[in-house]
Amino acid sequence: MSDHDYTPTSKVGKWFNDRLPLLTLANHLTDYPTPKNLNYWWTFGGILTFCLITQIVTGLTLAMHYIAHADMAFESVEHIMRDVNYGWLIRYIHANGASMFFLAVYIHIFRSLFYGSYKSPREIIWIIGIIIYLLMMAAAFMGYVLPWGQMSFWGATVITNLFSAIPLVGEGIVTWLWGGYSVDNPTLTRFFTLHYLIPFLILGLVVLHIWALHVPGNNNPVGIDIKKPSKDTVPFHPYIVIKDGFALLMFMIVFAFFVFYSPNILGHADNYIEANPMVTPAHIVPEWYLLPFYAILRSVPDKLLGVVAMLSAILILAVLPWLDTSKIRSAVFRPLYKQFYWILVADVLILGYMGAMPAEGLYLLIARVATAYYFLHFLVILPVLGFKEKTIPVPLSITESVMGGSPNLATARNKESFEKSK
Amino acid sequence: MSEKKPERRDFLFTASYAVGAVGVGAVVWPLIDQMNPDASVKALASTEVDVSSVKPGNTITVLWRGKPVFIRRRTQEEITEARSVKMEDLIHPEKDEDRAKNPEWLVMLGVCTHLGCVPLNDKGDYDGWFCPCHGSHYDTSGRIRKGPAPLNMEVPKYEFVNANTIKIG
Amino acid sequence: MKNLIKLSYILSFFFLSTASSFSAEKVDYLKTDWSFKGLFGKFDRGSLQRGYQVYTEVCASCHSMKYLSYRNLGEKGGPEFSEAETKAIAASFEVIDGPNADGEMFTRPAKLSDKFVMPYENVKAAQAANGGAYPPDMSVLVKARGGGVDYIYSLLQGYEDAPSGMALDDGVHYNKYMYGNKIKMSAPLSDGLIEYGDGTEATVEQMSKDVTTFLMWAAEPHLEARHQMGFKAILYLIILTVLVYFSMKKIWSRVESEV
Repeated sequence: MSDHDYTPTSKVGKWFNDRLPLLTLANHLTDYPTPKNLNYWWTFGGILTFCLITQIVTGLTLAMHYIAHADMAFESVEHIMRDVNYGWLIRYIHANGASMFFLAVYIHIFRSLFYGSYKSPREIIWIIGIIIYLLMMAAAFMGYVLPWGQMSFWGATVITNLFSAIPLVGEGIVTWLWGGYSVDNPTLTRFFTLHYLIPFLILGLVVLHIWALHVPGNNNPVGIDIKKPSKDTVPFHPYIVIKDGFALLMFMIVFAFFVFYSPNILGHADNYIEANPMVTPAHIVPEWYLLPFYAILRSVPDKLLGVVAMLSAILILAVLPWLDTSKIRSAVFRPLYKQFYWILVADVLILGYMGAMPAEGLYLLIARVATAYYFLHFLVILPVLGFKEKTIPVPLSITESVMGGSPNLATARNKESFEKSK
Repeated sequence: MSEKKPERRDFLFTASYAVGAVGVGAVVWPLIDQMNPDASVKALASTEVDVSSVKPGNTITVLWRGKPVFIRRRTQEEITEARSVKMEDLIHPEKDEDRAKNPEWLVMLGVCTHLGCVPLNDKGDYDGWFCPCHGSHYDTSGRIRKGPAPLNMEVPKYEFVNANTIKIG
Repeated sequence: MKNLIKLSYILSFFFLSTASSFSAEKVDYLKTDWSFKGLFGKFDRGSLQRGYQVYTEVCASCHSMKYLSYRNLGEKGGPEFSEAETKAIAASFEVIDGPNADGEMFTRPAKLSDKFVMPYENVKAAQAANGGAYPPDMSVLVKARGGGVDYIYSLLQGYEDAPSGMALDDGVHYNKYMYGNKIKMSAPLSDGLIEYGDGTEATVEQMSKDVTTFLMWAAEPHLEARHQMGFKAILYLIILTVLVYFSMKKIWSRVESEV
């Protein structure tokens, strides 16, 4: 991890650092050479760290007041909203924070897809990222169950029933997950336990994610390997810190708007009705961030295959570094891939929209086409494109791409913003 | 990287740090305050007790704000004993007249002022209460006379709503 | 900066598309001016107090409000009845307390700390008394209905004769705004049904507005504090963002001079 030898100046510092090299670590983090042409899409890593910490801190405080019991959970949430000092604020930050977390993670993932950040030598970073994403979905789903409203209850019922699609042992697994013959108090308490645990697992994986990042260093909009440190890099502090900070503040303004002025718009009204095992709400929809996968699930007319399709849609991402055969990383120099990239973005947005619509008629048809295209993109288009595509010449260094007026839009834009800031 | 003109960046950076620090403080406060008693706890401020069935020389214990409150109907001897103590003999001097406005009734938190145990009735060297945890002796007015406790047992705010009902809090 | 504009486009597209997808079946609800909407939205105290009157005199005979306490009526940001008024309101209700020293339950006048008295002991009793339909608890009713305040406001005024050809069972009523148009609750309001303490004329429209305002407060008692804090928080964030933006430009200008 050490890029260069570091010796603390003070005697005490040296004594400490020889025994536990925390100062070396801090020095590594501040001096970490970062490509100077990173654009704002790269700020979402820092934003995601902020989201994780926000969720953990607000979650811990909520857990001091929440009661994980089927008879008291809904009431305890109302108690938090009404009586606990600033309880309404903390809960709304936590509830909307989940949405903001996913918003940021999707931007982060799609940034990686655009600039080819998942390619060699960054496959491990990418795979850890996919595991984090899976854990995030698990945490968000179980967290949504905790208020014990109608959507909590029926969401839990539907999602746990996915496991019943497994041949032979499916029913047994579902009963085991529930701790009974339906979603009930044992289910709620174990979901609470796991919801409490998972964020700390994510935290550990984030450390690995960043560690793995610091071995090869950041990818960049041009997608070329750079020498570090060099004219192409800037130290992480203060350059990247201040830029991440600025982007984070912009993000927080959006976040604050949701928390203070539309705290319930991303949730579902039915979740303010206490769970009732005898009545299912008219429209069951998951939270918005799970909708694309929900659409894939519903577009397959077979129970087992639907579940398989939904899981594959996520797991396929883990082998993406080997499905994409192109040697060029950044879409900036891949004119065809760039178009397919935007089609994929549109495809996922369409899937998300269809996931919120009733699974019938035209909606279902569109969802099926979109599902098929999703897999087509990863399994056919990407591998073939790598061999067939005629790419644009890649500059030799970032400095050259900035100075040399290459057709590179991203770097050109970067240059423009530099000039404006003069 | 040549560090140019360090003096010019001062104001902007100082302002950013200062404003940022204010924000961090503003965020930290709700996270701390959420652990303070909430509105429903604060609202449970008072409780009413029917004392018509308490006989002289007996103590009843009621719960108020999660703590035991001793309500003792004192005998004449106990009152006399409590009121004849000289102030200089007390660790924490308080007149019995101030602790029990109506001399027949002594109302106080049944919590030892040492470390919060509940003292035992009619025990100890002073005919009042004795705390079994660390050996504090209280007299018939609930005043500390011997042992590690520093203060007399606390008299809460209370009033007689009528002859038979005491409202605590 | 262009990136940020692009980002905000994508952001707004995403949220608008998902938000609108939840309200796929758009109904044109009756509109009225809600004082509590907007950046500085506050409740109209008079309306809240009248709304409470409508709730107690009309709704409370069937609908519980189990998460509210009488003390809430005097709290800041709510109807803000005076302490004496709030105590008098509480004392006008009887609650069951106990067990007393003899092990028996007893009734006493309600105190500020007591929760609103429920019209029925449990859900089953409520269903039995209402032809099988459970009158929903009203504590968070506004947040539990897709259309929110507009829906409740419209529903209260949406009773009409059923269109010809639509058969209604006994005890079922036609309501323009109800999901499926069939509702078990008969029209709860009629002009002059109650007499407002402040002399306001008790039309169906007025009562609907007042009681809906009251329900909004009941569901979101800290709405005013939220709006006030939100304005300060966002203003603060904008100021800090501007400061950090210029700091960033200054810091990055060192790099640019080198390239």
